[in-house]
Amino acid sequence: MKNLTRINNTYNDDKVIDACSIFGAMDRSGRRFSGEGVIKAIANMHDRGNGLGGGFAVYGLYPEHPDKYALHLMYLSSQSKLETEEFLRDRFSVAWQEEVPVRQTAVIKNPPLVWRYFVDPPQSLPENQSADDYVVARVMEINTSGNDSFVFSSGKNMAVFKGVGYPEEIAEYFKLEQYQAYLWTAHGRFPTNTVAWWGGAHPFSILDWTVVHNGEISSYGINRRYLEQFGYQCTMQTDTEVIAYAVDLLMRKHNLPLEIAVKVLAAPFWDEIERMPEEEQNLMRAIRQTYGSLLLNGPFAVVIAHNGEMIGLTDRIRLRPLTVGEKGDMLYLSSEESAIRLISPELDTAWSPMGGEPVIGRLKPESRLQSSKGKKEALSR
Amino acid sequence: MTNIREKIIKIDAAGIYYRDLNARLRDTIADGAAKIELTNVHGQRYIGTDLNKPVLVEIFGTPGNDLGAFMNGPRIIVHGNAQDGCGNTMNEGEIIVHGRAGDTVGLSARGGKIFVRDNVGYRGGIHMKEYKSKKPVIVIGGTAQDFLGEYMAGGTIILLGMNLKEGQDHLSKYVGTGMHGGVIYVRGNIPAYHLGKEVGVAKLSEKDNAALKEHVTEFARLFGYNADDILNGNFKKLYPRWLRPYGRLYAY
Repeated sequence: MKNLTRINNTYNDDKVIDACSIFGAMDRSGRRFSGEGVIKAIANMHDRGNGLGGGFAVYGLYPEHPDKYALHLMYLSSQSKLETEEFLRDRFSVAWQEEVPVRQTAVIKNPPLVWRYFVDPPQSLPENQSADDYVVARVMEINTSGNDSFVFSSGKNMAVFKGVGYPEEIAEYFKLEQYQAYLWTAHGRFPTNTVAWWGGAHPFSILDWTVVHNGEISSYGINRRYLEQFGYQCTMQTDTEVIAYAVDLLMRKHNLPLEIAVKVLAAPFWDEIERMPEEEQNLMRAIRQTYGSLLLNGPFAVVIAHNGEMIGLTDRIRLRPLTVGEKGDMLYLSSEESAIRLISPELDTAWSPMGGEPVIGRLKPESRLQSSKGKKEALSR
Repeated sequence: MTNIREKIIKIDAAGIYYRDLNARLRDTIADGAAKIELTNVHGQRYIGTDLNKPVLVEIFGTPGNDLGAFMNGPRIIVHGNAQDGCGNTMNEGEIIVHGRAGDTVGLSARGGKIFVRDNVGYRGGIHMKEYKSKKPVIVIGGTAQDFLGEYMAGGTIILLGMNLKEGQDHLSKYVGTGMHGGVIYVRGNIPAYHLGKEVGVAKLSEKDNAALKEHVTEFARLFGYNADDILNGNFKKLYPRWLRPYGRLYAY
């Protein structure tokens, strides 16, 4: 027999144990906190990723420009920066622009140029087009232009930071410990089907909607074609992108309440619908019939966020893990409970939601009004 | 000099990488340690894997995925919650969780016992198996999420529902989907539509009751409950209706 001891690991602990890691932390009182804890928590799940993508979504970090759209762009060449900045000046009024501060580190290789622009859309917009619509259309224009510029964050008073590396390395690179925010989500990537590049790291976003995801969306093709009918162009070469556009379409454009929107993404099974009271049955049937093309098939655990809300959701048969921790106003969502307890050892509760049942964290009403004018507009729209 | 076998060896696991922690466990046990206490455990995986002596490992904190995977003999006590894959393919020994456990507790277990005080996540006991005297047992004090006993091929799962409110059903749906061996004893109500179509429901026989009493008594002793109070509850037995549920799946 062949002697395998040389090539075998005696203790069998060399198994590749990768799976994406997701994490979210929100202070529902609106109090802003530094990213240090979140960075520590996502780094505790280091082994779930493989260094080919890490990222963060950060809410409430730009109180000096709360009402401007904060466009964050990656440039793969300096020529594309010149072209795109001309485009931005032409289409927006740019109140402030700067390079996103970074710290040169040994591990981050070939980073793109990353700049942020605090902008207002023009005063007079085409009829039936809101400021949000205008921004979405311009983001799609830039991302499909083919000149090596990508908008990867476009909401108000929020930002995405992401790139190729482990999440803790990306945090170090973008100096995230220096920002204060009331809501943070984080991701460590283990790319399964698609290339690892800076735009392909999570979170994916449009306006202030962001998504971090562990799993695979096997319905990507159907979802993508449906979203294209509404003007969303998938350009990041990764399945998760459709979730960001789907929540924007369902909740912003179609005004569906969150509780209904999640039933589109993770619809109840038909046999469950049959056991519901008649009124609920009719509602669920209508949702499945209207939005069948936005059903997310395949395994997923996601943390979806926008200004004022953080949502945890898994697929209907929970093929990816999600643990919830609560401590006073703090709400945590994580792939693993140990990451939560590392930064908040004495939780009030820790539990795992049933597949398809959302966990929703909302800013308390009193904090909501003072934290963001943008939210007031949204409420009165 | 105190004999290492009589001492409790304490290891502060804070910041120790899982491979280094497991290597220290192996070395300590090779040196003859019989009791080990791990504190500040935060997500280190595979704790107890490849240990094949009846040592006691007490864990304070949150052990990582696949706690006790392939373990052969030790007794692990968790003062906290366990994550996913607790007792993965374990062969012999015990895992006692003073809290809840995540998804796939006892997956593919082929021996040993797992006691969880509170709830377990999805797919508890998935593809557990048994052979002759090797019969794994999982006792769950609370309730379970979906697919309990999925593809179960052997062993025993006992679901006690002690935290269910009056009239509340067990959470788990698709119980025993693909089940083709072993047995599940359930205390508390589980609606018929929650059961996989491979599952039959029966009253407990005398032999079932004897096995149930043995394991529930041990569970009650571990967590400080009164065994009679638990055993007085209304139990039913779930069993596989066929030994080869998919025998004709690929036959024309």
